[in-house]
Amino acid sequence: MRYVLRCVLVAALLICGTAYAQTEDMVEDTVMTAMAPAPATNVNAFDTDNDHGHSVTVTWDLSVDDGGGTGAVTGYEIHRWSPAEMVTLDSLRGLLSAVEAELPNVADSSAEANLRRDSLRLRYAALIATSVAVGDDLDTEMKARRAAVKEAFLAALDGLPAAHARYPENGNWQLLGKVAAGVSTYSDAGGKEPTASSFIPDYCGFHYKVHALTADETVYGETAPFGPVECYGQWFNTGRVPVLLAVLIFGALTIIFVSIARRGADLYVRPLAGIEAVDDAIGRATEMGRPILYVLGLGTAADVATIASFTILGRVAKRVAEYQTALIVPTYEPIVMTVAQEVVKSSYLDAGRPDDYKDDTVFFVTQSQFAYVAAVNGIMLRELPATCVYMGKFFAESLLLAETGALAGSIQIAGTDEIAQIPFFIVACDYTLIGEELYAASAYLGREPILLGSLKAQDYAKAAVVVFALAGLLASYASWGHVFTDLFKVTN
Amino acid sequence: MRREVPLIITILVGTVLIISVFIPPLESLGESFTLFFDIIAVFAFFLGGGNLVRVHVLKLAKKKRDWPFSIVTLVGFGVMLAAGLFKIGNPGDIAASVTAEGSLFNMIYRNVFVPLGSTMYALLAFFVASASYRAFRAKNREATILLVAAFIILLGSTPFGAWLTIWMPESMSILEIPNLAVWIMSSPNMAGQRAIMIGIGLGVVSMSLRLILGIERSYLGEDGA
Repeated sequence: MRYVLRCVLVAALLICGTAYAQTEDMVEDTVMTAMAPAPATNVNAFDTDNDHGHSVTVTWDLSVDDGGGTGAVTGYEIHRWSPAEMVTLDSLRGLLSAVEAELPNVADSSAEANLRRDSLRLRYAALIATSVAVGDDLDTEMKARRAAVKEAFLAALDGLPAAHARYPENGNWQLLGKVAAGVSTYSDAGGKEPTASSFIPDYCGFHYKVHALTADETVYGETAPFGPVECYGQWFNTGRVPVLLAVLIFGALTIIFVSIARRGADLYVRPLAGIEAVDDAIGRATEMGRPILYVLGLGTAADVATIASFTILGRVAKRVAEYQTALIVPTYEPIVMTVAQEVVKSSYLDAGRPDDYKDDTVFFVTQSQFAYVAAVNGIMLRELPATCVYMGKFFAESLLLAETGALAGSIQIAGTDEIAQIPFFIVACDYTLIGEELYAASAYLGREPILLGSLKAQDYAKAAVVVFALAGLLASYASWGHVFTDLFKVTN
Repeated sequence: MRREVPLIITILVGTVLIISVFIPPLESLGESFTLFFDIIAVFAFFLGGGNLVRVHVLKLAKKKRDWPFSIVTLVGFGVMLAAGLFKIGNPGDIAASVTAEGSLFNMIYRNVFVPLGSTMYALLAFFVASASYRAFRAKNREATILLVAAFIILLGSTPFGAWLTIWMPESMSILEIPNLAVWIMSSPNMAGQRAIMIGIGLGVVSMSLRLILGIERSYLGEDGA
């Protein structure tokens, strides 16, 4: 019996011991979890390249506990040391904005407005030493306050480099942002206008540090501060050198071919069926005694496709004037209407028939997409134009217009640089100018040697693109494709 | 002078904007020019409205063909203009938003304008059907290729298309209709689209250079041909 009791006692002690040991382990585990993770290493900060300044890029090597180790890192916090003057600058900025907002409301004598002004005066007194008399003339008072705040704001701006140089005295660390685990870069980019709340001054020595965060935000691994680092703007964006070279080469090609054309060389350019059909279509309209409908699309006068359309409209209008056929140009945009009116008027003048130009040839319809479609479709079905020309930017209305034109029995010629709309025009129109053919159309219609010279340059540039594409293909097979693509890499 | 001044403006603005792409401090110039354009556009709205009224009033006065439509246009224009300018039926005062709930402008917009626009848009379904019918007639080799490609893509988007070729062995999975449809879209179609995009890019640069260098002047009405 005694033996049994002894065994039970020993067993109980063992169980208690094991339980205690397990509890110890658990406590140890908890301590492990609560322990700060390894901090990020090699923190570096530098001025962001190829920009107008006001931006610093911060990089670091990931903590060993990010992905590996304890795996406790959930992300990183980036901090910048900010002198007390930055807080003053923010307050002055807010006050300046409040005073400026108050200036147009000086006539408002409501209780609410008076309360607002009292609060503004208190804020002013707390920040500016120069006192301003509170008088009956609110306008003078507010203008005086604005001038004083502006002066203080500019003084605070001037003092920022010295304030940053004082690091680490009289300032504190400011949280800039967080990034996820696995990310090792952060762009501290701010506004360039001092009045913007996100403003980051140039030529100030900034200091940065990075926190490796855990699920418990109070537990983190902290790097040593890095700095000072200044941000400043560059005068040339080296990341765009390939674009500059391409533009220069293309420009040189254009100038070379234009001079060749000027010397009278006969330049061959491949024929475009859609363009050659324009003259026939105008002739057809003349024979049938029916008008020509010209639609400039939904683009604005700033779109290159619309500008190309203006040039084609100019050529078409000249032929129309020569053949004395009617022209209808309904427009979607008032500026487009104004330019189109000038283009058509000038074409009638060039054709020697200024009196045939009618003011209602080019008119404004509406700036609502489907209302415009309804109006143009109505014109098509009532006027039954012999020819419909659609040149410019088109969206969902392309098929609605082209199908109605087909129903009206018109010869249809379309051209757009909107890739999604090209198939609709191809199926519904008789001739379609695909993409760049729209830009080439004016030169084809004019047949001027100088314009054809620029087209020739465009064709050579296309040939160069084909050669480069093939070279890139071969390079990728030779396993040095990345070397080839790096030559054309464009940043920013 | 009438043509020289616009030409000088084009050359100057075009050159400055090209340079600004490579000079970071000048990058905001593009935004400034866009702002100038917007300011001009505001004034152009008056031109647009004025032109609309003038054209339709003249049509009405001269009793030209289809003049009753001009009455509809002018009445619609006048009612919307009055509803917006005088804030008719607005729950707030004159400073309230023109589109405030309960206003006449908002009511007409939501109950007349939006349904009419939707009706026009809905017509697209019928036009797609009629255009497809004409496009997919196998009149020549190109149209036949178009028909076959469209058929595979349409079939590949349906469960029936997948069911038709489900029996194919793994080694021939590329020939399964859904995979074939994906291949058509991602290879020949994408290649064609990219070729067009490259052409458009070059065309835009060429057109811009022609305008900036003053070679293309027909938009100013100067033909010379």
